[in-house]
Amino acid sequence: MTVQPGRRLKTYIMILIMVTVTPLGDIFLRKGMAEIGAMASWAPADVFHFFFRAFTSPLIWLGIALQLAFFIAYLLVLSWADYSFVQPVSTAIAYPLIALLGRFVLHESVTPLRWVGVVVICLGVFLVGRTQVKTTEDAI
Amino acid sequence: MITNSIFYFFVVVVGTAGEMCVSRATKAIGEVHEFTPRSIARHVGRAMTVPWMWLAIFMMAVAFFSLLGMLATAKASFVYPSTAVSYGVGALGGKFFLKEQVTAERWLGVAVICVGVVLVIIGKG
Repeated sequence: MTVQPGRRLKTYIMILIMVTVTPLGDIFLRKGMAEIGAMASWAPADVFHFFFRAFTSPLIWLGIALQLAFFIAYLLVLSWADYSFVQPVSTAIAYPLIALLGRFVLHESVTPLRWVGVVVICLGVFLVGRTQVKTTEDAI
Repeated sequence: MITNSIFYFFVVVVGTAGEMCVSRATKAIGEVHEFTPRSIARHVGRAMTVPWMWLAIFMMAVAFFSLLGMLATAKASFVYPSTAVSYGVGALGGKFFLKEQVTAERWLGVAVICVGVVLVIIGKG
C-alpha cells in the first residue's frame, strides 16, 4: 500500500509544529504550577482555590496557548492519519526536549538512568515512525 | 503520593480515551485538504457538531487539570515521561476501539517506548 508524497509531507510538517510547541508549553506549565505549590487537600474549597490560582497565572495561560496550538494541529492531522501512528511520533519526540529544557532551563536534576530512558523512548519513536502513515482499509 | 497517583490515573487513562474520541470525531467529518484559516475554522466547527468531540473535550479537560495537579509537586522531567504509559493504552485503543491496523513494527516501537518509560520512572534521583 503506497502513501501519496503530499500526504506524507503535510503529516511531517504538522508533526514538526507539534513537537516544537509541546515542550515549550510543558515547561511553562511546570514553572507556573511550581510557583503555586501542592494542593492542600481534596476538600472542594481547597481544590477550587488550587485551580483558581492556576488559572490566574500568566505562565499557565502561556502554556495553555501552546497546548492549544498543539491540539489544533492534532485535530487536523488526525483527519487523515492513523491515531496509533500520530500519537507516539508527535508526542514522544517531545520527551528528550522536555528533559533538556527541564535540566537546563528549570535546573532539574536528571539522573543518568533517566537519560537512558529518554534515549530508549527515542528509539521506540524511530521504530513507530518507520511505519506507514495510514493503514486502515480506506487508506489512499 | 496518593494525590499524584489519582492525578496520574486521570492523565493516562482518561486523557488517552479522550484522544481516541478526537480521532473518531475527526475521521467522521473527513480529511482536511485546504489549510486556509477559513477552511481550518470550518473544520473545527464541524468537529464540534460531533458528540464524540464533546466527550473528548470533557475527558481531555479532566486529564489536563490532573496534569496541572501533578506538575505542582513533581518535576517536568519526571511527569511527562512517566505518563508516556499512555502509548500502550493508545495502541490498544487504536486497535480495539478505532479498528486501526497496528502493525508488528508499531507494537515493537510502542513496547520500546514503554521500556524507556520504565527506566525513566525507576531512574528518579
